[in-house]
Amino acid sequence: MEIRPILASLRKHRIPTLLIVLQIALACAVLCNAVFMIGKRVSDMHLPNAMDEAGTVVVNVQGTDEKLVAADIPRNLAALRGIAGAQAVSVVHTMPLSRNNWGWSFGLTPDAPVSDPNNLNVTLYFAGENADKAMGLQLRQGRFFNAEEYADSKVDGGAVPSTHVMVVTETLAKKLWPGQSALGKTVYSKPYYFTVIGIVADVLRPYTFALDHDRSYYDIFLPVAPDAVLHEYILRGAPADRERIAREAVAKLQQLNPQAVVKGQTYQSIRDQYFANSQSMVWILVLVCLVMLAVTAFGIVGLTSFWVSQRRRQIGIRRAVGATRGDILRYFRTENFLLSSAGVLIGMVLAFGINLYLMQHYELERMPWYYLPGGALTLWLIGQLAVLGPATRAASVPPVIATQST
Amino acid sequence: MFAYYLELAFRGLNRNRVLTALMVLAVALGIGACMTTLTVLHVLSGDPLPGRSGSLYYPQLDPRDMDAYTPGVEPPGQLSWIDGMYLLRAKRAKRQALMTGGMVPLQPEQASIDPYHSEARYTTADFFPMFGVPLQYGTAWGDAEDQSKARVVVISAELNNKLFGGKNSVGKTLRLQATDFRIIGVMGDWRPNPHFYDLYMGSYADYEEVYVPLSTARDLHMDHDGSTDCWGNGNTGGQDNLEKAPCTWLQFWVELDDPSSVAAYRSFLQHYSEDQRTAGRFERPVNIRLRNVREWLEFKQVVPSDARLQAWLALGFLVVCLINTVGLMLAKFMRRAAELGVRRALGASRRALFGQLLMESGVIGLVGGLLGLVLALVGLWAVRQQPSDYAKLAHMDAAMLLLTFIVSVVASTLAGVLPAWRACRVAPALQLKAQ
Repeated sequence: MEIRPILASLRKHRIPTLLIVLQIALACAVLCNAVFMIGKRVSDMHLPNAMDEAGTVVVNVQGTDEKLVAADIPRNLAALRGIAGAQAVSVVHTMPLSRNNWGWSFGLTPDAPVSDPNNLNVTLYFAGENADKAMGLQLRQGRFFNAEEYADSKVDGGAVPSTHVMVVTETLAKKLWPGQSALGKTVYSKPYYFTVIGIVADVLRPYTFALDHDRSYYDIFLPVAPDAVLHEYILRGAPADRERIAREAVAKLQQLNPQAVVKGQTYQSIRDQYFANSQSMVWILVLVCLVMLAVTAFGIVGLTSFWVSQRRRQIGIRRAVGATRGDILRYFRTENFLLSSAGVLIGMVLAFGINLYLMQHYELERMPWYYLPGGALTLWLIGQLAVLGPATRAASVPPVIATQST
Repeated sequence: MFAYYLELAFRGLNRNRVLTALMVLAVALGIGACMTTLTVLHVLSGDPLPGRSGSLYYPQLDPRDMDAYTPGVEPPGQLSWIDGMYLLRAKRAKRQALMTGGMVPLQPEQASIDPYHSEARYTTADFFPMFGVPLQYGTAWGDAEDQSKARVVVISAELNNKLFGGKNSVGKTLRLQATDFRIIGVMGDWRPNPHFYDLYMGSYADYEEVYVPLSTARDLHMDHDGSTDCWGNGNTGGQDNLEKAPCTWLQFWVELDDPSSVAAYRSFLQHYSEDQRTAGRFERPVNIRLRNVREWLEFKQVVPSDARLQAWLALGFLVVCLINTVGLMLAKFMRRAAELGVRRALGASRRALFGQLLMESGVIGLVGGLLGLVLALVGLWAVRQQPSDYAKLAHMDAAMLLLTFIVSVVASTLAGVLPAWRACRVAPALQLKAQ
């Protein structure tokens, strides 16, 4: 297909040409960035979390008498164990994705103070006995805590438990001791120190970090004897039973602690709440993209229709001197292809620029290159689809038009 | 003439209905998306206390030790007990209040309501007059109650509705953390947004239901929530030891009415820091901040970046829609080249035709704006169904309503300028000849 006549004709209609190119360019730029943000959020929402998310129930108990916890917690746990379908029961102080973080900083040298800038900030998970089973943690190396280690570790209103053993996640072990076995290694935060006795598969922190997924897994587990900081009771059962287990656990704990405030939920709902904002942002972005593409398509349909109606006579003449329907169809499709190409070229540059701006001002990463051709391809396709209707109408212009004087 | 142009414009809309509908729809979608996100942004970045926030300041000191010191680093966002109490007692500002928050078990006397955790604010007497908190019944407490650690409480209108059916509950008893408190005041409707005085509990947090003197809360070991930042050996004694620990965990606000008192307060903070340094309690060089409400909110970047991103996105979308409208309008006007040519030949001035065409695009903007407003209201309704803490604030106000129409009419009139200009430049003779 000869493109010179197309270009010549476009040069005669500079303004509509420019408008279409500009619209496609902008649509391409917005689309690339929006889809990139959607992808980013979806990948955040699917961060793996190596615990039994589907079968775990969490019951929060607050407002009990702190002096009686040593007796209350074992009594509460015993009662929860009696619930039908509860395979494991424990108590902790916070859960992954609960937004309730107990952070602390550690170094690798014995004299590292807590505020040393080289320290690594990690989340402390205080685990009551059996917490590994109740959460469904997956042990990779070493072992979880034994009964003595649980019994010996006290918090008593302090910042950090008195134990000296810990279990770390795989990602944290790799971060602290790259290329070495983490078992037996120690972290310090004067005067505290903890030695690794076990490594578990990656469990998320109470907060995730959008820019550094690895950081979302920097957490350590510490054994704790019954203590006032432990107020999240966790129960694990079959996913089908979780609603019933949650109800029964709340009823039982409320009955045992009439003064307390008791609130139960499935772990799934904690996770859903954490990502609720991302979820709604994703839907908004998807909606805006779809509507924008529709608007762009209709714009192309509108302008091309106008063009076709303006050129009915020329089309008729071309048909009269021997052009086939296919030739006319191809003419408009090629024209649209040229316009789209110019649009997406500018659009890709624009998309890259917008991404740079967003990187500077918002928590966003650099857009991988393949989003650009992806957006370009989408707009090419939409352009071709949109032009199909008007082009078919143009192709059906009868050659006899040429002989009529309008 | 205006009425005549308007009539022409409406007739123009009736011609070529598909193109008109496409244009109106494009404008409506763009405006709807834009106004939804801008309204959310507008609500979120609003002034929490109009008329007052300009004279409320938030002093910051740097009492940390030299560990990990870098010059010019931002001082902690809160104060320690020792510094807070000193600044409070110094009374160098017109009013000042020291505060923190927490969750308190509330045990209602009514059997119908289960005990629950109520959001509480522990503060000092000036909190109420300084922030202009309205009271529908009773009064707030004064210095005497702060001194005597009195068991008194001011409750929110919501809690009063929940527990006492909205009746005057002053003098009644409220049981908090197994202690009886006397209700001395019931607040009126007061929800400054953002929750500027304590951003550590969430920028658009649920509002506190109970307000208790800080001294009383500490005396009863009421639970402290929010941020606690420690240095040195940190806090080894738990919550009860926070008064002595090297930790910052209190918010302190002062009211300073004119620039000279702001300057005076700044130098007071400077001197205090220097004195503390000489005494050896502060180790770092003097490093103070004194921001007012607006500066503090800006510094803490309380407006969620999601809301801003969405606004940018919607703006981009509006531009796409407008370019689309320009194209369609051009098509529509050029189709009428013949008619315009005849009118020009009959003596209509170029300026008159231009005005008529612009009016037509303005009318498209008006209709599009109306439809866009409906879309924006639907959009805001959808935002309110979202679970985020600021979602329920998303309501349109009069200012945004007006802005919707202005933006929509101005944008589509501007979009009409180019097509109208092009259409007016048709040479009458050429068009007539083609006929």
